[in-house]
Amino acid sequence: MTDAAELRSAVREFLAAHDPGGDRLEFLRARFDAGLAWVNYPVGLGGRDAPRELQTVVDAEFAAAGAPDNAPSRNGIGLGMAAPTILRFGTDEQRARYLRPLWTGEEIWCQLFSEPGAGSDLAALATRAVRDGDDWIVEGQKVWTSFAHKAKWAILVARSDPDAPKHKGLSYFVCDMTDPNVEVRPLRQITGEAEFNEVFLNGVRIPDSQRLGEIGQGWQVAMGTLMNERVAIGGGNTGRESGMIGVVARKWRDDPEVRTPGAHDRLLRLWVEAEATRLTGQRLRQQLAVGTPGPEGSAVKLAFSRLNQEISGFELELLGEQGLSYGDWTQRRPETVDFTGRDPGYRYLRAKGNSIEGGTSEVLRNVIAERVLGLPPEIRTDKDVPWKELPR
Amino acid sequence: MSTDLLYTEVEEDLRAAVRRVLRDRCEVSSVLARCESDEPYDLALWRTLAGELGVAALAVPEELGGGGAGVRELAVVAEELGRSVAPVPFLGTVLATAALTAAGAAEPIAEIGAGTLVTTLAVGLATRPSARIEPAVRVDGATLTGTATAVVDLEVADRVLVPATGPDGTGLYLVDTAVTGVSRTPVTPLDLTRRFGTLELTGAQARLVAADAEPVLRRALLTAAGVLAAEQVGLAQHSLDSTVEYVRTRYQFGRQIGSFQAVKHRLADLWSGVSTARATSRNAADSLSDADAEAELAVALAQAYCSDLAVLAVEESLQLHGGIGMTWEHPIHLYLGRAKSAQLTFGTAEHHRARIAELVDLPSA
Repeated sequence: MTDAAELRSAVREFLAAHDPGGDRLEFLRARFDAGLAWVNYPVGLGGRDAPRELQTVVDAEFAAAGAPDNAPSRNGIGLGMAAPTILRFGTDEQRARYLRPLWTGEEIWCQLFSEPGAGSDLAALATRAVRDGDDWIVEGQKVWTSFAHKAKWAILVARSDPDAPKHKGLSYFVCDMTDPNVEVRPLRQITGEAEFNEVFLNGVRIPDSQRLGEIGQGWQVAMGTLMNERVAIGGGNTGRESGMIGVVARKWRDDPEVRTPGAHDRLLRLWVEAEATRLTGQRLRQQLAVGTPGPEGSAVKLAFSRLNQEISGFELELLGEQGLSYGDWTQRRPETVDFTGRDPGYRYLRAKGNSIEGGTSEVLRNVIAERVLGLPPEIRTDKDVPWKELPR
Repeated sequence: MSTDLLYTEVEEDLRAAVRRVLRDRCEVSSVLARCESDEPYDLALWRTLAGELGVAALAVPEELGGGGAGVRELAVVAEELGRSVAPVPFLGTVLATAALTAAGAAEPIAEIGAGTLVTTLAVGLATRPSARIEPAVRVDGATLTGTATAVVDLEVADRVLVPATGPDGTGLYLVDTAVTGVSRTPVTPLDLTRRFGTLELTGAQARLVAADAEPVLRRALLTAAGVLAAEQVGLAQHSLDSTVEYVRTRYQFGRQIGSFQAVKHRLADLWSGVSTARATSRNAADSLSDADAEAELAVALAQAYCSDLAVLAVEESLQLHGGIGMTWEHPIHLYLGRAKSAQLTFGTAEHHRARIAELVDLPSA
């Protein structure tokens, strides 16, 4: 059993042999090979079968030494979703091929799940995968794909059997995003920016060796992926008045002109809810730290979405004439999303997505009602019907 | 050490012990029957909780004759009592023990701890922790004269701690309710499970406990408001649990009503609210245990959140129970009375928000 002290000395040994100021990629590759990338992964695949929570020990040691990191925010889908799926469902060859360049950030990943006709109802997706000898030919359209314009690889769910009921006719693949038959178009949003993409799969040929899991098991694999999608939104370890509430609280303090009795009451209500939500997130992290994760993440996500939307709208009202303007409608391609950055108009518009992305508030409420409270599931009329017969 | 928002093993053991006693001795139907009787409080139950489980002086330091635990543990007890709307003189005891602890007065605490002598504090139940207390009781030598209103648990109190003003300012005095010059008038309460009344003193003999009442009262009110938030969480959790149970068993239109999304979503939101309330309540209890400088903010936040949430929880419960929820025989009204009264107790959510505005510098227009 690996413990923190053992890991610390392993990191120090590693640092003695590898110059953190040298070539960044060489350093990261060596770190992976030394089993210090994600310590809970198997030996040979960047880890040493250690408890996951010990990763923080390793990261802290490297950070203290000023070592380069693998820029995790640039490959969130890869690290958070693709890697655990490959680890769990991939073959030995697939694990060996994909995991190292994924972890080092040499290969960025994206996720081809959602479609224009299949968002919350993911299992309704229509992108077809037709078997052709040792390959599959994939035809269809995906949407809301972050990183698609930077990605080398995608995790892809496609329909391999339209005659089966919708959950049973899916298969799961690794798709090469540099294939000429993959077309990536920026998807401009209401903010004017294009954080995401539309992806058109125009008869893309994918070797069967890039299938993850069994044919027809795509839904189970996709659920495995989504289980790994942490409810990161609003869940960070943050201090009081971080996030949107801090933005308006500072405005209130700095500018007595904006203060009215009605706005004071609203501000205080929002302040209380924001602080209460922050504490709920803190309590969730404490549960995680002692190994008894609670379902509070859903509550935090619901509350964060509602608050971010309400507070960003309230901010515009506080600003009066200034609230009528907008920062910049240019179609930019941001590297990361900052809910409190940019200008007030952007914040207001971007916040509208919070109750849709990462599971809509409606779906989250169903999840809470069914999985936490044990209430009966929604009545389903689509479960045993062949997918091709479902109304779309 | 950062704030611990979870429950310790010791706290969970305490919860289980209290819950066992309440399950055996405080069935909600018996609470309803008791509320209509001449003895609305269950003092035998109180003696068990105090004498055997030590809940009365739980948070009093050992050197003052208490249990030596903290407000965190006291809050866990409050959650359980809230779940059961237990008709016991808990809140008055919390006020009294917190005041005596703050005053460093050991002697009266021993009997409180045993549950044999009920003691309360003569500060109006609706008083905010940050309020300036200007008592309508005057001290003259060793006797008190004047009136105190909305004194919680007054009917069953053997002793009352009374703030009284004299030439040397406002002090805190201990009055035996059996002595001459003490008269008590109960008020018909909205909350049938928690009683209060008017205390009138006409030359009643009293003993000085603290020469300067102000910091003592402040600490007592702050502690009790924090503990009340935990009671509100327990009450809200009970409302949620019992409603979930009901909507799973009640059929209409050929389905369990809990299978309708309109019902599921309301309960999902309520569950989220209870989770959030619990975090604020734990934060308040922890801050109070540490004598944290942030305790006042933590308590104001917990009260601003939990008091409204508890009312919402019972109101949702009543609505989702339909017609049965409006009947006298169903106990929801006991919870509604408790939640609505608790919302006003130690100040409303709006009062607490106003206090927060002062504490975090968000001035009004």
